Amino acid sequence: MKVQLTVNGTSQTVDVEPRRTLADTLREDLGMTGTHLGCEHGVCGACTVLVDDSPVRSCLMFAVQAGGSKITTIEGLADGERLHPIQQAFVDNFGLQCGFCTPGFVMLLEGAHRMGIEPDADALVELLASNLCRCTGYVAIKEAAAQALAVRRSSTAPSRGRPAQPARRPTRRYR
Amino acid sequence: MKPSPFRYIAPLDLDEALSALAASPDTKVLAGGQSLVPAMNLRLTAPGAIIDINGIPGYDRVTVAGGTATIGMLVRHMDLARPGFDDPLAGALAEISQHVGHLPIRTRGTFVGSLVHADPAAEWCALALATEATVVARSAGGTREIPAAGFFLGPFTTALREDEIVTEVRIPLLGSGTFGFAEIARTAGDFATVAALALVRLDGDAFGEVRIGLAGAESTPSRPSAAETSLAGQRVTTEAIAEAATIAADSLQPIEDAQCSSGYRRHLAKVLVMRALQQAVGRAA
Ligand SMILES: Cc1cc2nc3c(=O)[nH]c(=O)nc-3n(C[C@H](O)[C@H](O)[C@H](O)COP(=O)(O)OP(=O)(O)OC[C@H]3O[C@@H](n4cnc5c(N)ncnc54)[C@H](O)[C@@H]3O)c2cc1C
Ligand code: FES
Ligand code: FES
Repeated sequence: MKVQLTVNGTSQTVDVEPRRTLADTLREDLGMTGTHLGCEHGVCGACTVLVDDSPVRSCLMFAVQAGGSKITTIEGLADGERLHPIQQAFVDNFGLQCGFCTPGFVMLLEGAHRMGIEPDADALVELLASNLCRCTGYVAIKEAAAQALAVRRSSTAPSRGRPAQPARRPTRRYR
Repeated sequence: MKPSPFRYIAPLDLDEALSALAASPDTKVLAGGQSLVPAMNLRLTAPGAIIDINGIPGYDRVTVAGGTATIGMLVRHMDLARPGFDDPLAGALAEISQHVGHLPIRTRGTFVGSLVHADPAAEWCALALATEATVVARSAGGTREIPAAGFFLGPFTTALREDEIVTEVRIPLLGSGTFGFAEIARTAGDFATVAALALVRLDGDAFGEVRIGLAGAESTPSRPSAAETSLAGQRVTTEAIAEAATIAADSLQPIEDAQCSSGYRRHLAKVLVMRALQQAVGRAA
């Protein structure tokens, strides 16, 4: 079946079997391997992407269901060389070891933000319980998430759909 | 793993969906996909065709009329975080929604899908039972109204026929009643190990009507009626609540699994019924 998707602002048309998950379409058909697949049954959250600005498990949605929708993946967050504030917060706080789970956590947090969810400390822990990290770096992940929230709060105009500017210069960069 | 091939049908109105369902056996209805798609990915199920109901308009709202809230088949768990009406039932839906899965599950998964899936540990199933909800099932042949008390037949088994789609669930408002809810789960967002919902209407300083729903305790959601009747007409005291919780726990045939023993489930049921009742009474004060 032919499906039209808008991925990170670019309209794409793919021809897929109905059983193709959105995750597989992003990875295999569109070559965007930033969206990771861990469990493929909804438990780990590594595959989290935004569909029309809401976070979803892309392993539990068929690509044919996303026709006409606006998809945002981890590839769509950074502004050129400049990391998105949530990505930067993960770097600053050592919020990753192997990094397999990181795209999922970043998209979860970005999705919550776009939905207007402003978690307090307890609600943040519950939010993060959505995703698994097998390197067990949860404390650092929580700190990264808290920094990302603080940056978002201090930036005067949090925008829907467009990454806010980081409040301070990145201290470290991805290579 | 990947699901096996299937035919994908995405009807744009209900009648089309019902006739497609009637025409093809071996077909599954796809709502939020948060239980069906994992089962397909694991090849626990391999339907020949899928009817995706997400494009059918008019079922994504909660409406209130004549003392009843009606939850359409495309109302997501997340929508119930703010049900948008004024009744203690709205409070119960909002609070319980926070216990159903995680944010990315709640943005897709539906209240109705949860009832049809009928996981014994699903919070919404216990709510439907305790609130005496009515499940409205449509088929090409007509409409059936199934009381929640006759809907849950076993683990993952309901009274729904294969040619039926649940279009909505009707829940009586609580009015002057109050609710209490308590859950123990292994992690935030996980299915309940055990959860208890208490619905209480006081009559002066005595219990009037009391209804209790439990998730995760038995192989279906449970309603410990002996505990409910033990409270009716009694003065509201800590002892009466503790006694009712004991009666509730003793009346159960708790399931046993790798997570915990039936004895532990019985213990949880007692403690959680007590907490839920106390909370409900506290809200009434
Ligand atoms: C990680 C994770 C955690 C979860 N945690 C919880 C939890 O804590 N508590 C909990 O209760 N649930 C939990 N769930 C399950 C979740 O609530 C599902 O959304 C729900 O069980 C099914 O709803 P759905 O809309 O996703 O249905 P689907 O997955 O689309 O369908 C489920 C079943 O119901 C049938 N069906 C759905 N809608 C209809 C309809 N209108 N008419 C007829 N048949 C229909 C389908 O054919 C299928 O058999 C969790 C799921 C995941 C992946
Ligand atoms: S791969 Fe989708 S939740 Fe694990
Ligand atoms: S950093 Fe390795 S899985 Fe999370």
